[in-house]
Amino acid sequence: MAQGSTNSFLRWLRQPGVLAAIPASVFLLIGFAGPLVMVVAYSFMPSKTFTLMQAPTLENFTSVFTDSYYISFSWSFFLALVTVGLLLAITYPIAYGMAKLFGKWANLVTLLVALPLLISENIRLFGWVLFLLKNGIMDGSLQTLFGVSASGPLYTVPAIVLGLVYVYLPFMLFPLVIGLSMIPDTLKEAASDLGATRLQIFREVELPLSMPGIMIGCILTFILTLGSLAESKILGGQAVVMIADDIESAFTFAQNWPKGSVLSVLLIALSGLIVFLLFRRIDLDKIIGKR
Amino acid sequence: MSASGSSFLELKGVTKKFGDFTALDSVSLKIEEGEFFTLVGPSGSGKTTMIRLLVGMDAPTSGDLCLQGEVINDVPANKRPTCMVFQSLALFPHKSVGGNIEFPLKIAGVPADERRKRADQLLEQLRLPLNYYDRSPNQCSGGERQRIALARALAFDPQILFFDEPLSALDYRLRKTLEKELKDIHRETGKTFVYITHSLEEAMVMSDRIGILRDGRMIQVGTPDDIYNRPKDKFVAQFMGEVNTIDVRRKTKTTVECEKTGASFKVAKDLEGFSKGFLIIRPEVMKIGAATKGLPNTMQGVLFNDYALGSRVQYQVRTEADNQHWLVERLQDDPLESGVGDKVIIGWRPADSILVSA
Repeated sequence: MAQGSTNSFLRWLRQPGVLAAIPASVFLLIGFAGPLVMVVAYSFMPSKTFTLMQAPTLENFTSVFTDSYYISFSWSFFLALVTVGLLLAITYPIAYGMAKLFGKWANLVTLLVALPLLISENIRLFGWVLFLLKNGIMDGSLQTLFGVSASGPLYTVPAIVLGLVYVYLPFMLFPLVIGLSMIPDTLKEAASDLGATRLQIFREVELPLSMPGIMIGCILTFILTLGSLAESKILGGQAVVMIADDIESAFTFAQNWPKGSVLSVLLIALSGLIVFLLFRRIDLDKIIGKR
Repeated sequence: MSASGSSFLELKGVTKKFGDFTALDSVSLKIEEGEFFTLVGPSGSGKTTMIRLLVGMDAPTSGDLCLQGEVINDVPANKRPTCMVFQSLALFPHKSVGGNIEFPLKIAGVPADERRKRADQLLEQLRLPLNYYDRSPNQCSGGERQRIALARALAFDPQILFFDEPLSALDYRLRKTLEKELKDIHRETGKTFVYITHSLEEAMVMSDRIGILRDGRMIQVGTPDDIYNRPKDKFVAQFMGEVNTIDVRRKTKTTVECEKTGASFKVAKDLEGFSKGFLIIRPEVMKIGAATKGLPNTMQGVLFNDYALGSRVQYQVRTEADNQHWLVERLQDDPLESGVGDKVIIGWRPADSILVSA
């Protein structure tokens, strides 16, 4: 009996699909699932321990809720919402142009948007520092040309938002482009033929059909912004502490792995919950009529 | 006809150019109210360009489009009292069947309960079950989707309904059914239908009048009978399926002579004004074997092959004189006594000859 089940397991294992999936599965298990499990496990360890061998406890969770971490959580969610809103307003027209209007020039725009991704994010942000700095490029130019001084917007909340919008723009733009280019032009022509104005075509046809692209862009940039760290540190200075900042200092400066783990787990759970609720409320397949 | 005495829809020397390419070359045409008019042409003949101009998605380079005597060249599609059923149907995938049908009413600001009533009426008129209202159009069959698209267009209550080959993607049997249904709906609604297709056969079934387009020019406009029996040129004659064609020149007042063999054939009509051209005889009027007895126009040949066409049988005969293939069709229940390889006689009545000038 045992012999038989071993044989059938071996037969299952020797299928080409299973064999081909082994390297990727092992890599994902070690590189992706492993650290996540470790983080969850550490969140139940007593404060300031570096081993997983202690008796599990909930003390980290209770201390996080009594502490003032809600402020950095709120900042992160607020900045993420503002960033997503701004990105949507900025990239929708660009995406529309790239999908429907620019023709062969769309490739050039794609290149221009994608090219900065080849440079390290931190270096690009330091570029912005030089630009926004008091007596920096912007301030200096304004003083020389117009004699007015923009007394350094660096180290303010708008500077952080600028950084976030700048860094995460491609992640909103490209899903929108794909979403918009999947809408057949005949649908708009048909709507127009049936009497719809430009605005009505947008509201009744284009917007609902580009919803999958919009949703994916929003979720992507929202999650990325929630976990962002460099923008608030480099462009924000001490203006705002975002939750990723707290997590980092818990792991490094404070040497309190369980505390950092608890914050990570809460962040993952919260963003997971939002995505889950969003997808449950909005059925993408139904929007584009696949079902 | 409108009070001014002009046609319902009129094209006056309409030309459309795309760069150096002339898609439509000075086309003039009058379409009357309540008519089922079909534009027929092979791909690249300009029929799609024509319908885009008529609907308002493009403007002509020169010439005028007039609806009830008013020039509508630059009136955009959403301001025209006309509407089109697209080749792709262009049903909105994110809206239900009911939502699609109600779309033009919603745009026009009709209240929801009235919209619903009209949608139910249209579902009924187009023989669609009422419970389809809440379905997604993607759950419907090809024929049902056609009807939904038509219902949506009818909901707009257009003065003219345009059709851009909406049946071309369907299988033969369904297409035949829908062609007849469309003609019924045309009769029921009394609206002006303008249909474009590459199939003259399809046009024949439905239309009151047919216009034949070729290379951006309107070659012939007429009733299905005109087009079939009195084609203006070789192209029109050959457009409706296979025909027998030979080069001929005038011999006497009522006979023509084959350019190749010198054989002469009687024709029924006076050859006034004809000097050189083509003699065209459709396979279904050709006679073979004993049936050629007493006919003035006959030829000797060898039966080369036979094809079953269902209700009819088509014979391919290779003539002795010029080694040309001739097609002859007979009803399937009237079989020929000769077999493939046998010598046969083929012929036709002078009245069945179609002569077109070169």
